[in-house]
Amino acid sequence: MLDIVIFLPLVAAALLPVIPRGKAAGWVWVGVAALDLALVVAMWAGYEGGIGYETRLRWMPSVGAGYHVGVDGLSLPLIAMTALLFLVCAVYSLGETTRAYAALFLFLQTVSIGLFAALDLLLFFVFFDLSIVGMYFVIVGWGHGDRTRSALKFFLYTFLDSLALLLGFIGLYLGAEPHTFDMVDLTTNPPKAGALVLLAIGVGLAIKTPTVPVHTWLPPAHTDAPATGSAILAGVLLKMGTYGFARIAMPMLPQVWREYAWVIIVIGVTGVLYGALVALAQENLKRLIAYTSVNHMGYIVLALGAAGLSAPTQARELAVSGAVTQMVSHGLLTGALFLIIGILWDRAQSYEISKFGGMPPVLTGLMAVAAFGSLGIPGLSGFVAEFQIFTGVIGSGAVISGALGIVGILITAALFLRVLHRAFLGRPGELTVLVTDVRPRELAAIAPLLILSLIIGIAPRWLLDLIEPASAAIVNLVSR
Amino acid sequence: MTENPLDLLPELLILLGAVAGLLTGLFLPRHRQWIAAWICGLALTGATVTTALVMKNPDMMAFAAYAVDSLTNVTRATVAVATLLVIILTTGWARGHRRETEVYTLLLLAALGTVLMAGADDLLVLVAAYLLASIPAYALAGFGKDAPGTEAALKYYLMGAFLGVLMLAGVTLVYGTAGATAYPGLHAPVVGVILLLAGLLFKAGGVPAHFWVPDVTEGASRPVAAFVTTVPKIGALVALFRLSGAVFDEPALIAVLAVATMTLGNLAAFHQDNVRRLLAYSTISQAGYLLVPVAMAGRTGLASTALLYYVAAYAITNLGAFAVVVSLGSDRLGDYAGLARRSPWAAFALVVCLLGLIGTPPTGVFVGKLLVFAAAWDGGYAWLAVVVAVNTVASVFYYLRWIRPVFAGEGDGGSARGWLAPVIAVASVVFGLAGGIVLLVLR
Repeated sequence: MLDIVIFLPLVAAALLPVIPRGKAAGWVWVGVAALDLALVVAMWAGYEGGIGYETRLRWMPSVGAGYHVGVDGLSLPLIAMTALLFLVCAVYSLGETTRAYAALFLFLQTVSIGLFAALDLLLFFVFFDLSIVGMYFVIVGWGHGDRTRSALKFFLYTFLDSLALLLGFIGLYLGAEPHTFDMVDLTTNPPKAGALVLLAIGVGLAIKTPTVPVHTWLPPAHTDAPATGSAILAGVLLKMGTYGFARIAMPMLPQVWREYAWVIIVIGVTGVLYGALVALAQENLKRLIAYTSVNHMGYIVLALGAAGLSAPTQARELAVSGAVTQMVSHGLLTGALFLIIGILWDRAQSYEISKFGGMPPVLTGLMAVAAFGSLGIPGLSGFVAEFQIFTGVIGSGAVISGALGIVGILITAALFLRVLHRAFLGRPGELTVLVTDVRPRELAAIAPLLILSLIIGIAPRWLLDLIEPASAAIVNLVSR
Repeated sequence: MTENPLDLLPELLILLGAVAGLLTGLFLPRHRQWIAAWICGLALTGATVTTALVMKNPDMMAFAAYAVDSLTNVTRATVAVATLLVIILTTGWARGHRRETEVYTLLLLAALGTVLMAGADDLLVLVAAYLLASIPAYALAGFGKDAPGTEAALKYYLMGAFLGVLMLAGVTLVYGTAGATAYPGLHAPVVGVILLLAGLLFKAGGVPAHFWVPDVTEGASRPVAAFVTTVPKIGALVALFRLSGAVFDEPALIAVLAVATMTLGNLAAFHQDNVRRLLAYSTISQAGYLLVPVAMAGRTGLASTALLYYVAAYAITNLGAFAVVVSLGSDRLGDYAGLARRSPWAAFALVVCLLGLIGTPPTGVFVGKLLVFAAAWDGGYAWLAVVVAVNTVASVFYYLRWIRPVFAGEGDGGSARGWLAPVIAVASVVFGLAGGIVLLVLR
């Protein structure tokens, strides 16, 4: 069933050229994405713990690589979030979709879900690299502004990180006895690999996440990508970095991870503060949201670093569980934020904060909910995530880092309130006349994300029940 | 050791094809010379099939001077398939030409020389094979008898002759010091090694013997350019690998040459507006990556697998890119603007092949590159793997310079027809996806 979930979009993409030009492609895309999401929901309902829906086939047995996929409490929430985000992108683009655009997004969906489901390093890498290629074409084909330059920068940076990652994987492969790329085997018997391997993997994942100081590809890529592209880039592709830390670096290099936990914590805190401060200084709304991603990813890195400290298990489990919740929550909220900003570009071709103000009511309402969620107000998913992260981090003994992280939340709150004041409330700006209120398809795309964030914020138990065993397992593995 | 000529059946078939094609061509009217192409194609198919049949046989030595093992067998198959693809590419250009048959014959003879270089287990056989691989290629480079072709042929010939003489001097020196020319037990002094490298690096297109590559690629006709950038290096690299494992042990020297080759090729490719020159410098950088497993020969079991997989995957992928260039019939980067609108299949083939040359999974070159990384790391040269990685990122820049306009906007560079390029592109992906099967054959 998992294989169908992964490859259904790809098959649909391959069949799209036979569909007549016009509106049909958009509806096919929505249909396929909805079907895929329905299958994921069914998978969630039938999941019984451990590695579920596993498929293991031989691919390159002589180098110890196979087609091995499966889901657990770490990957299933991310797969579900991915499927939902792609569906809302399909709905958001209805009416403007061309066949190539739909095919590209369906391809990206296969790649993203495949990455989260992969249990083989080589398979993981294949999907990781293909996500770069897919997103490059999204930016270069449908972006705006200086898109070729941004797309090139994105490709170069992320390709560099993929190769660093590949070198790290080879280090793991050669360190394991017998040599293998299989994640489950590598997790059971951690390979003999030193700090250099963690450095290679860490650099690879850090660029993708992104963390300071290797985040510079992110703002231009986001600014010049189309709204749906930004939503996928921030919502799904960035998670590949943090997911890689939790899935590969921590369980396979437990000793090195513990040894360098403080370095990771420092990187995380730097990301939190730097991302928030730079976001505060932005006049371009989309760049601002992009920098808040750097800030939010910083929380995740901080929490995962804290999991490597020698501290009570409970606190560390809380930190990891918060990190995973944050991955889901950030996907939903940032996805919504980018789609909302996309409406501004659609109407007025501008992202300048100073040119807007006094926006139509529904748009303002959506923005307010997304912004409050993103800054971590109780009642929305961001709070559930960040509360767990800070309790866990401070409980693990990293009190100063935790305190600095909370300063980051304060700055984020300030910057989102500033955005609401200047760009959405108050007196109309020079471009406000162009901005008509949210259209039904846009509302249908953005509302589900915010509603889900609200549900997680009020009743998170169903999600945490899935995540907590997985985070306990990760903490257990990293403590070996 | 055996002296059974049937052990050399694939080589004999290629030779037979060349001779039979030439003789038939003599008696055919100009509009029916395509029959010679069929004969040559059949000979290459026969060579591939007979190679496949003996692929699993144990290693052996034929006539005490020619190794028949997995290195030779994979080279036979790769060269035969690559040459067959080149012949298909050539037919459109050569059709009706006054000397059509000669093109096919020369291609087959050069291919035969390449195979012999790979199998040579004696320095004298290596020299003979070098000449057989080179001389037909000089003639091919100048075949069009136009000014750029003549210049290309002259440059190619002068460099080849000069470096060939150096190589011959190296053979003399090694023979003088060691008293033998057969590889087993032979040990070459450093000067001899450097002289031997001269000729082999020339064929492989490696620094510092790479100067002919861009000029010949640009000046010769397009199918010939596809041939000289792809086929001769297969034999040269396998020959180097054999020597590096048996006759000398200079991993540091070859590693430095590899770094110089890949870096120089990449840097020079950056701002090329002529796609043939771009592909020429790309082929130099790829030769640099291919020198990495050569340097690791004898240090890790992965080295031979890495070399053979990479070289086979590269040959297919590079020919795919050239097939698009041949079918569009233009070298200007600008003429590729909007190709996706005019010829979606050619655009698809081009993008897949260029992404393949970068090493994007799941194409064949990706698996090859993975093995190269693993071989370098396992052989104790992890820094070399890092250099390859950095160079690969640099190479993204110029490949993307070509990919981007294909989808962008409008252009009037003509349209590209032909089924060959998309087929090769699909094959290059299948080659990666079916990596497990290919690796089983290579072991």
